[in-house]
Amino acid sequence: MAKPQLEVVKKIPAAKEEPAKAPAAPRVEVSPEQLTYANILLYGSWAGIILLVLANIIYFTGVIKPYLPPHKLPQYWGMKASQFVEVARMPHGWGWVKMLGYSDFLNYIGIALLAGLTILGYLVLLPAYLAKRDWPYTVIVLVEVLVLVLAASGLLAVGAH
Amino acid sequence: MFEWVSLLGGGLAAKVTAAVSAAPAAAGAGGAPAAGTPWWVWPLLLFVTTFLLGIVAVLGGVGGGVLFVPIVGSFFPFNLDFVRGAGLLVALAGALAAGPGLLKLNLASLRLALPVALIASTFSMLGAFIGLALPNNIVQTALGLTILCISLLFVVSKNTEYPRVEGSDRLAAFLGIGGTYYEASSGKTVDWTVWRTPQGFLLFVAIGIMAGMFGLGAGWANVPVLNLLMGAPLKVAVGTSKFLLSITDTSAAWVYLNQGAVLPVIAVPSVVGIMLGSFVGVRVLAKAKPKAVKYLVIALLLAAGLRSLLKGLGIWN
Repeated sequence: MAKPQLEVVKKIPAAKEEPAKAPAAPRVEVSPEQLTYANILLYGSWAGIILLVLANIIYFTGVIKPYLPPHKLPQYWGMKASQFVEVARMPHGWGWVKMLGYSDFLNYIGIALLAGLTILGYLVLLPAYLAKRDWPYTVIVLVEVLVLVLAASGLLAVGAH
Repeated sequence: MFEWVSLLGGGLAAKVTAAVSAAPAAAGAGGAPAAGTPWWVWPLLLFVTTFLLGIVAVLGGVGGGVLFVPIVGSFFPFNLDFVRGAGLLVALAGALAAGPGLLKLNLASLRLALPVALIASTFSMLGAFIGLALPNNIVQTALGLTILCISLLFVVSKNTEYPRVEGSDRLAAFLGIGGTYYEASSGKTVDWTVWRTPQGFLLFVAIGIMAGMFGLGAGWANVPVLNLLMGAPLKVAVGTSKFLLSITDTSAAWVYLNQGAVLPVIAVPSVVGIMLGSFVGVRVLAKAKPKAVKYLVIALLLAAGLRSLLKGLGIWN
């Protein structure tokens, strides 16, 4: 049975405080792996959003040749995704990586980065739980990584309607 | 190239008005472009709409996805597949942006979030496949009904700041779910734990499926389950819920991305619009009247839910 692990450690305010000041708030101590996870999300999400904006500007301005020019998109955006992939001959799964020479596919770099941050964060948590011999959470983290990698792999497919 | 220049040059209001009036025609034609409507009007309208939604979402204390999918899905000419794909990215980006602050303040509890996230993310993947496999009218009808139920939930749900928990149950004790956080308003540290964990975990199966199927961020469901059922303090429930979305929506977002259901021309203006709107919303928050905002959110959800239901049933295309 896992011991309850409080992720916050209460600290008594410092004894030598000046009387005029309000008592200091207890310091919140966060585990190092939680801080690393937070920083991955912080820098990764901003990097992803900046990449999205830049890629979209490149796409809209036509600096690099697109696969589907913006003015043709209204022909496609009313279709179901499965029909769109078929009619526009869009790549499946990670096939977009081979199409990065076209400006519209540059957008997928930022999207993939945003969607990949959680996997990266979990990989940081894994050694920390292993080191603590926190087996339930080690298993939870491992299985979650497998679920997310499976979702990201594109191995699973859906029937078209 | 640079058609945006002509947009700034003249007739923006007239073009936007024409575009709005042409929306049902475009949607009804299964996405065929509305005659005479330049392509860029729609991303621009989408950006403006999501910017406003971002403000309302912050003021109303809801995630952007729950407003985004029914409103954009009902009033824009985009197929619901692409709207749901964009909705997941909107919710994901918002959760990723909020995550670092919540984790650093310990308002998002990893011990509570990780087991719940595993259930919700696994089933959100399943929900995404169900949503993409079903015909649009069925998804649209189910979305309409769900949104109407959510608006009802907003009316009747009364979250509790510190729910009474009579000791943690065996599963919560086994997983060591609990924590302490500093409550600035009272100047005290608050110890908390949860109970009714198996029932709560079971509900996250349904929440995950709905999040993936409809592309909704599931904060509207996470918070009541964590707070009212499992007994987590409101701040921990809200913080953990927001962080949870970054995991739940990730698995579904990958499914939508791999199935070609993420169209950057829809997703990118939406993500940027919601985020900019959220920044403005935070500034407006201090002056806003909470009750008025709550009624506005409920009214928006009712209108969008009803429109979605009628569209799905083929009554109002």
